[in-house]
Amino acid sequence: MAATTADTAAERTRTAGAERRARAYRPLGSWSRRTLVIMTALLVLGTILYLGPFLIQVANSFKTDAEAIQNPASLIPNPFSLDGWKAALGMDPAFPVNLPRWVTNSVVVAVSVTIGRVIIDCLAGYALARIRFPGKGAATALIIGVMAVPGVVLLIPKFLVIKQLGMYDTYAGMIIPLLCDSVGILLMRTAFMSVPWELEEAAIIDGAGVMRRFVSITMPLVVPALITVIILSFQGSWNEFTHFLVATSDPNLATLNLGIAQLSAGAAKGPSLFPMKLALATLSMIPVALLFIFFQRYFVRSIGTTGIK
Amino acid sequence: MTLLGTAAQPAQPLDPKVLPPKRRRGGSTSGTQRVAGWTFTAPAVIAIIVFVVVPVGMALWVSLLKWNGLSSPFGGGAEFVGLDNYKRLLTTDGLLRQNFTIGLRNNLYYVLMVVPGTIVLAFALALMVNQQRLKGRGFFRTVFYFPSITSAVAITVTFLFLFQNSGVINQVLGWFGISGPKWFVDSRGLFQTIAEALGIAPASGTPTWGTGTILGLPINQWLAGPSPALIALATMTVWASSGTFMLFFLAGLQNIPHEVDEAAFIDGASTWQRFRFVTVPLMKKSLTLVALLTVIGSWQVFDSVYLATQGGPQKTTLTPAFQSYQVSFKDGDFGGGAAIAFVLFLIIIVFTVGQRLISREKD
Repeated sequence: MAATTADTAAERTRTAGAERRARAYRPLGSWSRRTLVIMTALLVLGTILYLGPFLIQVANSFKTDAEAIQNPASLIPNPFSLDGWKAALGMDPAFPVNLPRWVTNSVVVAVSVTIGRVIIDCLAGYALARIRFPGKGAATALIIGVMAVPGVVLLIPKFLVIKQLGMYDTYAGMIIPLLCDSVGILLMRTAFMSVPWELEEAAIIDGAGVMRRFVSITMPLVVPALITVIILSFQGSWNEFTHFLVATSDPNLATLNLGIAQLSAGAAKGPSLFPMKLALATLSMIPVALLFIFFQRYFVRSIGTTGIK
Repeated sequence: MTLLGTAAQPAQPLDPKVLPPKRRRGGSTSGTQRVAGWTFTAPAVIAIIVFVVVPVGMALWVSLLKWNGLSSPFGGGAEFVGLDNYKRLLTTDGLLRQNFTIGLRNNLYYVLMVVPGTIVLAFALALMVNQQRLKGRGFFRTVFYFPSITSAVAITVTFLFLFQNSGVINQVLGWFGISGPKWFVDSRGLFQTIAEALGIAPASGTPTWGTGTILGLPINQWLAGPSPALIALATMTVWASSGTFMLFFLAGLQNIPHEVDEAAFIDGASTWQRFRFVTVPLMKKSLTLVALLTVIGSWQVFDSVYLATQGGPQKTTLTPAFQSYQVSFKDGDFGGGAAIAFVLFLIIIVFTVGQRLISREKD
């Protein structure tokens, strides 16, 4: 209590001193009340601009085709219609929506890519952080260097290799090329490097080999980085589009994204049937949106850790 | 590559705390370590070599061939034509070069819209959500970042809906008395439309000053400006990626020491001066990085073009990346497609290096 009073007194003196200097110092990151009101208004406007499209997307998926065209901005469907969702779920024979197939493919690919990346990234990250071996510099340079290769330049080349390896139109061709993940390796390397070496040293004295130290000593200490890799891998492969576009042509291998794209370019082409397309778009966003809601800080972590997206 | 400086920094392998100390006996790597090191890195290295290094090499080879993608590029079905594909792209008059030039023009306008748009918006958002006294900062950050995690497919479907002729965008424009264009139908460039409205340019035909050509495209077509469809795609990209870059800027802003700003304040600097001469220079690293990443990203625009416009209307959203795909997979001219990809690669490298040189000179 006494301390608080003293603090307040000191505070008052300081404030008084500042006021005498005509205007008080205020860091750029802290505005006056008036500016704050203006900025809050701008932020609310920003929120409308950034969330609005999603609200409109969901609202219009529950409208009739005619209503979606006539009254696109209204957030309350009137009349309320489930036709768009029925078509999206494959219940309308007029449209080639094979949702179970698409979702299965998306899940198979995203889960496989995630598991594969976790194994590869952890192994490589650990080796680059903790093991001395000839050729390590070259391996590091290669892993960092390929990040500079623009993805779009690899579109045709990847197709060529997949074709040559006989992996065109197979799950293998969809999954294995996506296992190259420099960002994940570097994330894991940084995490392993932050584990104190003394812990491993103690394990060495107890006679633990490399594998033992990797699995039981260091792995439990890099779980946050591991979660980041899992989330980024799942998000990346779930959202992936172009790779599947060039790696497959078999409709049975279409992922959710590819299916939606082909539907919008084919049977549901042009400015019509929006409720169905918007329902599919909403559906395709659900898994990643859920991940984002529950693991938000891990999404953000990757940016700070790697310095690049 | 050097943009990875931050990531590469902890690599200095000589910190004894971080790396196992050199083996006591003999001083060289032990056999088990060597085997473990190679085994652990092998999957990553092999994947990268097979799916990045080798493909780039193969594509370079294919860009020297006349090849339809059906046979093996190493067999008799492919004819070696040397630099012909590159000549067709850059010097010989023809459809390939014409489309490539149009693509360059479109992509240039796209870069000019997306890069400044993203930087300004992301920086403004970062300044706002960095505000100490603001309630609900976390909420706003989440909201602005959310579009960045969604897929291009979902976003494109939604934006096609928003930008319909009678869509939400045109309704909102209507509130302000502006009658919006038919976004994905009108092919006239923005500057052309303005010039016609002001009576500077004729509504049809080519003005005499516009008949000269650069890379086979008449000057007046170079200057026509972005079409509504291209503006729509650029808007979508800015909207979808500004949240990510807001976080980049936020990280930078939080690294600025308060003392510097306070010193400027005591010296009598106004708010604008403090922003312009203290904050911005201290944010130069973040600004350069974001500029670089958005330039690189903008030259690779593919998904939204494929999904929304397929290059139309009237080729006004055709980009080199999309043309490379189209020429290869639709026209069966893989040599031409690969050549486009490599010219694009070169453009991206030139921009990257150029930007680094410029930012270094200012130091």
